[in-house]
Amino acid sequence: MGKMTVVSWVTLFGMVLLAVLPPLFLMNGQAFYMDLATRLVILGIAAVSLNLILGFGGMVSFGHAAFIGLGAYAVGIPAHHATWGGFDLIASYNGFLHLGLAISISALFALITGAISLRTKGVYFIMITMAFGQMAFFLFQSLDVYNGDDGLTIDVRSEFPLINLDEPLQLYILSYVSLVGVMLLVRMIVNSRFGMVLQGAKGNNERMLTLGYNTYFYRLTAYVISGAMCGYAGFLLGNFTTFISPDMMHWTRSGELMFMVILGGASTLFGPVLGSSVFILVEEILSSFTIFWHLPFGLMLIGLVLFIRGGLMGLFKSKGR
Amino acid sequence: MDYTLLFVQVLNGLQLGLLLFLVASGLTLVFGILDFVNLAHGSIYMIGAFIGASLTLLLGNFLLAVLIAVPLTGVLGYLIERFVARQLYDKDHLDHVLGTFGLILVLDTSAHIIWGPAGITVPLPAWLDGQVALFTGVVFPTFRLLIISVGLAVAAGLFWLVNYTKLGMLIRAGASNRTMVSALGIDIQTLFALVFALGAMLAGLAGMLIAPITTASIGMGGQIIITAFVVIIIGGIGSMKGAFIGAIIIGLIDTLGRSFLDQLFELFMSESAAETAAPAVSAMMIYILMAIILAVKPQGLFPPKVR
Amino acid sequence: MIPLLQVAKLRKSFGGVVATDDVSLDVIKGEIHAIIGPNGAGKTTLISQLSGALAPDSGAVTLNGVDITFKPAHTRARLGITRSFQITSLVMEMSVLDNVALAVQARDGSSFRFIKPARSITHIRDKARDFLHQVGMHGRADDPTSALSHGEHRQMEIAIALASEAELMLLDEPMAGLGPTESQMLTEFLQGLKGSRTILLIEHDMDAVFALADRISVLVYGKVIATGTPDEIRNNRDVRNAYLGDE
Repeated sequence: MGKMTVVSWVTLFGMVLLAVLPPLFLMNGQAFYMDLATRLVILGIAAVSLNLILGFGGMVSFGHAAFIGLGAYAVGIPAHHATWGGFDLIASYNGFLHLGLAISISALFALITGAISLRTKGVYFIMITMAFGQMAFFLFQSLDVYNGDDGLTIDVRSEFPLINLDEPLQLYILSYVSLVGVMLLVRMIVNSRFGMVLQGAKGNNERMLTLGYNTYFYRLTAYVISGAMCGYAGFLLGNFTTFISPDMMHWTRSGELMFMVILGGASTLFGPVLGSSVFILVEEILSSFTIFWHLPFGLMLIGLVLFIRGGLMGLFKSKGR
Repeated sequence: MDYTLLFVQVLNGLQLGLLLFLVASGLTLVFGILDFVNLAHGSIYMIGAFIGASLTLLLGNFLLAVLIAVPLTGVLGYLIERFVARQLYDKDHLDHVLGTFGLILVLDTSAHIIWGPAGITVPLPAWLDGQVALFTGVVFPTFRLLIISVGLAVAAGLFWLVNYTKLGMLIRAGASNRTMVSALGIDIQTLFALVFALGAMLAGLAGMLIAPITTASIGMGGQIIITAFVVIIIGGIGSMKGAFIGAIIIGLIDTLGRSFLDQLFELFMSESAAETAAPAVSAMMIYILMAIILAVKPQGLFPPKVR
Repeated sequence: MIPLLQVAKLRKSFGGVVATDDVSLDVIKGEIHAIIGPNGAGKTTLISQLSGALAPDSGAVTLNGVDITFKPAHTRARLGITRSFQITSLVMEMSVLDNVALAVQARDGSSFRFIKPARSITHIRDKARDFLHQVGMHGRADDPTSALSHGEHRQMEIAIALASEAELMLLDEPMAGLGPTESQMLTEFLQGLKGSRTILLIEHDMDAVFALADRISVLVYGKVIATGTPDEIRNNRDVRNAYLGDE
């Protein structure tokens, strides 16, 4: 550990706030704020996962919400069959099964779509990831077995030994610990030899090729890791909302996720968490005033792109570094 | 197989394809010349539909309404260029995407405020509302034929524009190259604004044409924009020919897949399995096609020359 | 004796313009082979085909007897070719040391390692510092690359080429944009590498070329019009007419 910069103080402070405040609200009987915090932390995990490839890898993925949806359906579909019968192979409330499915299916989807998308670059990559995300959306919309557009209600949450996800506090603690875990994981990856190559390829791909790195496989690996992490966030989100629908995968959701990362500050550890926090709080505040809250929200987004470089975390960075 | 149905569905596919071309051509034009990614293009399509719908109800004449509404969406496009897009040209594609994503929220909510949450149904004049007999036993809606004709006419106009005008020369050169543009003695700001307005008019026209069939509604822009992206990815971003061919392919595949895939599947699986699988596969079909084409040609069928 | 690099009848055209017109040349282990020629002679296009950034239309490139004509850039790098860029090509967002360390890391086994922080792997960092020391840049190791001057960027390019420990270094105008003193220093530095490294050098600075090169090939309009020792080239009538004469 080197000396603490302003950025690391902000990170620490933010993480402590997230650890302490929500349980206090819950003890005060304000369950609403606990709910808000849980959603914020889970989307924070998704944003951190996106940041691995967007911020550190320079891959502008516009289809990340698909992984959230896949993770959530990995909870919903087995639970649905456990309740209503059919598909005996996976019909179960077992949390480990749900978790395993969420991560492996997301990783597999990332591997297939990533292998194709990463052959392209620039605008093509943005649009293709967007299209693949939308493909997942339309797939689940067309599945009448799982109520298509109307979505699934999860009657029984994932079952684990020792923890009970029906308890809001326990679910929150699991989500919070997961967030910390995912952040540490991303930090480890980014600082590793693999991470150096990934960031090098973002900065100057041709140089990395000339040094002998086949950057395609580095990017694909990062894409799969990111997809799996985001699928995990979906697993938590499914257990939190207990209602899942294709809408979770709509491309506008992917856009929101990207917005969170950029708002907070891409290629910083805490930026995506800060971004998802501010996003959800502003959404909550604005929508309590008017049903037309998307209007000021959209203007804010345009303003962000035009005037704030490096997102909110950029404000805490001193000029030199 | 029912060949009459097949014939009608091919026409329907053609109609969808030409509608997609109207939207995709504007996208590819703006990207090809301005190097600008406009996610809000679908919202312009949606607003075009609403303006057309309101004017139709006001004037009681669909065609007159379209004639007035098309230039109005051009003005909207000009304003968007002037106040948002122009500020973003110097930034990277990620910023374009985020900025125009914000613009979508603004435009969609504005439409919500102005026209309300429900869609608007657009009445057609009697002579457009019926069906025509193409030959014995085959009838087809007159209005869909009109969409096909308009689509083909616009396509012809754009091909003339691309191949025989100074503007077209810039498009073919794939010129987001400002020095080259100014070397030709063209005021860049005006050129960019015109191109943007032209793209907006094309999208708006598409929205007006589809509204009598589907009603004008807020979500319509978000649906078509992704398909339009698939079209230009397949065709090669920036290529007008690619947009046309891509649009027709997507229109046909999507329409035919939705109507005949279950029958095709029943040839080798049980009826109930086919009934489950067919909708799922047809929903994904255009994306699978896109994936296959990209696996072979990562820059689409007609990649732009220099990029 | 097999030359380290053999280029046979390499041809590349863009539209109607032939950029590389049946170029044949070889580079012998340990020599500095310079390629000179007027602007637009196709020197950078040639280097790009040797490094793998461009694929030729026809012809062959062999390294140590292995055909690498259509191998991608990263494979060629593994086989022992590295290049520097005429227009500085560095990872601007990273520190000077990180840039060089990436080159060292490329030679240090697989980089699919996720656990240990790269910046704490001392043998890589030390080696990278050593290469920076060799080009006289150890003082700036921890500065962000974007903060350095053009001359320093050129020096970094050299340090990276050295650090990649390639058998063959393709240097594309290393002196470009340097002042006379800086050029002089770099020339002396490259002189010091003579014998230990094989270098294919593209350079406009004739003083540097004639001071450094063991052999020189002259490229005009995509064709090699002469190859020989500096003295032979100096006295070659064709070369004088086509190129050197108008100095």
